[in-house]
Amino acid sequence: MNIYICVGSSCHIKGSYDIIQLMKEAVETHQLEDKVNLSAAFCLGHCTDGVTVKIDEDLICGVSKDTFSDFFDNYVLARLS
Amino acid sequence: MRKFDTNVQHLKYTVLREVARSAFQNDLHHAVYSIPQKIVAGPKATMRCCIYKERAIVGERINLAMGGNPENPNVIEVLDVACDECPVGGYEVSDACRGCIAHRCEDVCRLGAISFDASQKAVIDKDKCVECGKCASVCPFSAIKNYKRPCQNSCKVKAISMDEDKKAMIDNSKCISCGACVYQCPFGAIMDKSYIVDVVDMIKNSENNKNFKLYAVIAPSISSQFSDAQLGQVVSGIKKLGFHTVVEAALGADMVASMEAEELVEKGFLTSSCCPAFVDYIKKQFPTLVPHISHNLSPMTVIAKHIKKTDPSARVVFMGPCTAKKMEMQRPEVAPYIDSVITFEELQALIDSKDIDLASLPMDTLDNASYYGRIFARSGGLTEAVKEALAEKNITDFDLKPIACDGIEACRTALLKASKNVLPNNFIEGMACVGGCIGGAGCLTHGERNKNEVDNYGKEAMEKTIATAIAPYMSINRK
Repeated sequence: MNIYICVGSSCHIKGSYDIIQLMKEAVETHQLEDKVNLSAAFCLGHCTDGVTVKIDEDLICGVSKDTFSDFFDNYVLARLS
Repeated sequence: MRKFDTNVQHLKYTVLREVARSAFQNDLHHAVYSIPQKIVAGPKATMRCCIYKERAIVGERINLAMGGNPENPNVIEVLDVACDECPVGGYEVSDACRGCIAHRCEDVCRLGAISFDASQKAVIDKDKCVECGKCASVCPFSAIKNYKRPCQNSCKVKAISMDEDKKAMIDNSKCISCGACVYQCPFGAIMDKSYIVDVVDMIKNSENNKNFKLYAVIAPSISSQFSDAQLGQVVSGIKKLGFHTVVEAALGADMVASMEAEELVEKGFLTSSCCPAFVDYIKKQFPTLVPHISHNLSPMTVIAKHIKKTDPSARVVFMGPCTAKKMEMQRPEVAPYIDSVITFEELQALIDSKDIDLASLPMDTLDNASYYGRIFARSGGLTEAVKEALAEKNITDFDLKPIACDGIEACRTALLKASKNVLPNNFIEGMACVGGCIGGAGCLTHGERNKNEVDNYGKEAMEKTIATAIAPYMSINRK
């Protein structure tokens, strides 16, 4: 699974780095290092919708610290299981 | 509001804009004939002896706007027909000499080059004169003038001489492509080659970023450039041109500052590698110092490398104040990451060729880099950033003794001392342009206030430290 976290200016100021950190921790906790390929992307083209994450070919917008754990369960864990 | 410092820049810009417009309209083959007529409508000449010469010069400018002479490896070229064959005599006594009895000129001249003719007027013996200019500075009537060509005066690496027809000639083995002569020639007879047509082609071929994504990397000196629009509107304008997104070169500068601090501690003595003209100057004039040039790629290249790591099909265009970047992009270690380079003059021409009104556009966001990355645009910024990086890394046992040199003359002084092992400093920040990048030849405007604008832009950055600015890229994308 390829996960791209947007680090374009708009997402950056809305906290992409927090999402990157949470993602790294979650990947570690669930021991998914071999299954997940994590990278940054300069602008995924949804600048007004909050931090955007691309999982394979799907875009998920508005990911925040508060919604992260739901997001991870629904989009990462659910798809890998 | 006035966009340019001089009419020469305005002429250059007008040609670039019309060439870009024709390229967007797939009408370039016709442009060579139509643009000179359009720009020099006539019937009266306004710049030269006649409209036919004016049109011939515009024709040469079009040639340079379309990439110039492929036989010439230098990105800086002389437009022969535009060179006015200015006088070359150096210091000469003018008619304003009153034949006074004080003879300050004679007293100040240590070489005894000044004598007086039958009417008591000063005469300079050119065999003895070394063109120091002291006589001119002491004459109470300002009667001694320097008739050195502005291009030669501006060229601090002494790469410009005259050919047998008295036209300016550039010695490519000395030229560092800094562009000082381009900005200083009052006739606009020296110009940097333009790759604006390549950029238009990339915009067209990407088909709205469908075929590949087009990234603009903008230099932090942009903060002082667009006086009639906010920076956020310029970002909107660049996207409207057809770019997928805009990335700050200053983020690359943050990365460079971090790496440069470590390299400095490891090696003990270093010269910066951000300014391609400075690097070229060391290679050409101080080859023994080459091992001390930082191994870091420039901020432009470092950030472009990161972009291409996240998006291998990306095309990256650097937009900056610098003509030497056009030379840097041809270096083998840079070429894979940078697809083209344009100056702020050319960016303005591109925006206007599409009739984009920046002032009417919404504000977009540009905020990735830290204060320190952004102040690379002015002299002393790189030094401050390296100092900050050392502090952030808790490196306390290294005594940083920096010297920030702006302008080739200051760089030469420091490099000369370094080559003789008498420089008391262990880090040379070298910028070929006076003031740093904000003094670059490709800037729309040059002025005192530009430094303040860069500092203010730096202070607006959300990230306050280098470490937090680069953290997202350091923690992933490392493979």
